[in-house]
Amino acid sequence: MLLLQVIVGGLLLGAIYALFSSGLTLIWGMMNFINFAHGEFVMLGMYVSLLVVVWLGGGPAAFGFAAAFSLFVLGVFVYLSLIRYVLRGPMLSQILSTFGLALLLRYTAFWIFSANFVSLPQTSLSGTLNVGGVLMPVPQLVAGVIAILLTIGLHLMLTRTKVGSQLLAVSEDRGAAMLMGIRPDRMQALAWGLSAGAAGIAGALMAIAYPWSPSVGETFGLTAFVVVALGGFGSVPGALLAGLIIGLIQALSAFWFGPIYKDIIVYALFVALLWLRPQGLMGKA
Amino acid sequence: MKIPAVTPTILLAAALLVYPLIFSGPFYLDVGVTFLLAAISASAWNIVGGYAGQVSVGHAMFFGLGAYAPLLCYTLFQWAPIAGIPFGIVFSIALAVLIGIPTFRLTGHYFSMATIAVAELIRIYFGTWDLVGAAIGLQGPATARGWWDLTFRSELPYYYIFLAVLAVLLRLTFLIERRRFGYYLRAIKAGERAARSLGVPVQQIKIKALVLSAAFTSLAGSLYSVKTGFIDPESGFGILVSVQMVIIAALGGAGKLYGPLVGALILIPLQTATNTWFGGGGTGLTFILYGGIIVLIARYEPGGLFELWERIAPRDWRRKNAS
Repeated sequence: MLLLQVIVGGLLLGAIYALFSSGLTLIWGMMNFINFAHGEFVMLGMYVSLLVVVWLGGGPAAFGFAAAFSLFVLGVFVYLSLIRYVLRGPMLSQILSTFGLALLLRYTAFWIFSANFVSLPQTSLSGTLNVGGVLMPVPQLVAGVIAILLTIGLHLMLTRTKVGSQLLAVSEDRGAAMLMGIRPDRMQALAWGLSAGAAGIAGALMAIAYPWSPSVGETFGLTAFVVVALGGFGSVPGALLAGLIIGLIQALSAFWFGPIYKDIIVYALFVALLWLRPQGLMGKA
Repeated sequence: MKIPAVTPTILLAAALLVYPLIFSGPFYLDVGVTFLLAAISASAWNIVGGYAGQVSVGHAMFFGLGAYAPLLCYTLFQWAPIAGIPFGIVFSIALAVLIGIPTFRLTGHYFSMATIAVAELIRIYFGTWDLVGAAIGLQGPATARGWWDLTFRSELPYYYIFLAVLAVLLRLTFLIERRRFGYYLRAIKAGERAARSLGVPVQQIKIKALVLSAAFTSLAGSLYSVKTGFIDPESGFGILVSVQMVIIAALGGAGKLYGPLVGALILIPLQTATNTWFGGGGTGLTFILYGGIIVLIARYEPGGLFELWERIAPRDWRRKNAS
């Protein structure tokens, strides 16, 4: 029964991994660009939630929306002021740009919020649910379920709506899309907004259930790389599946070998993937 | 008047040689030693990150292996720390090959991600491994048992040892620039597919560059731990160790012989100044500054200060210098 509990916990955390990783995979698939600051976006989403709760006394809906919206704006701003220019530049500046951004955000957060772990004050979401002997904390359950729904929603938006088609058109052939009357710059800015927004709301969901410090951004960023590499680049359903798998692997390895090994095993999996199946589970070869 | 091309090199060498004689106080000597060490590791990074254009953001893994090897040999077998240097280099080369083979088949992003993931993996693992002192780390000999321990009270011997290593590394890089190997590296950076179609053995050359870079980064790590007599996972494998190499090379000019030197010349005094002005709390501020500088370089001057200089320097000065 304890094992079942561990599995459920891992899947619920994995659902949040899936949500922020789908943001990373969107950018990657669309413009072949890696955002090294993606984990920091998640971390900022967590602190936005904290500020909204502490200063404005907002509930889960309020801080979830605030985190998604403020990170959406940040994503668009980062694209328009930085990424747009480095996309045309050499490889070095593409990698340096978001890598530097990650440092800037991480250490600014350290400076403002200190390195101490914090958690959200008790909200209306609390207590545990007993489903056939498996105890599920309500915050984790709500966060995990919402994360899965949002990831599916993002996938449907990309595949079933007009905006989604335009985004995919730009990623497939920028020039042809432009001839069809789509503005690539606007679409890419939107993609960055969506990507950062997904990270922000994932941060808010994570903040409901888990404590954090500014250093979590680095861990989440690397986790997102592994999820995207496992799921296949540019594939949101792949990210969903891979996120759940990674959450499960982390929970099980923490359970069997000790909590320190959960990240080691996941990163080792990443290196193994590069050797064996670099295109991921659902990626194109 | 015509200025011979070697003049800047001679002036630079002379300045570095006499620096400790003029600024002999312990503070200035410490800055000088830190500068040389930063220049060595950034120059080592430059071989694969600058010349070959394969941006590693996890070079700390080689630095850390190099740093642990001497102190581990001392702790386990009571050997002189320098006896451990070859082991660090061998392990670093093996690791470089292990990472290079799968990732160099793919596009450049994979290499960057793999390096950062492996560096983190090793850092976390060393933090739990009792043989290497886990989170506490390792210490070197407290007092020298003989000159071979390289444990000096004064920083002066370290300064000249580091300077000699830097000179060897720069000389080697200079030779690479002029050889076929150097042309291959630049061809790969400019366009991998084009280079391959012209018969450049891309995969092999990239791995060679990474191996060379890893070996010297490992040596830099060994020098660091022999000098400080202490190493822990954060100062060996921490992400900031990698960051410093990247930022110094990129600020000066990645893929330029003296790029890392120029970068270190600016960044190390800056870092010392912020640490002095803001005390212990200044370290966080230093990294905010680092992040800001990296973003600005990426956005405005991807070629670093060297390219900026080439663009804004007066034309007649440039012509004189080039001829």
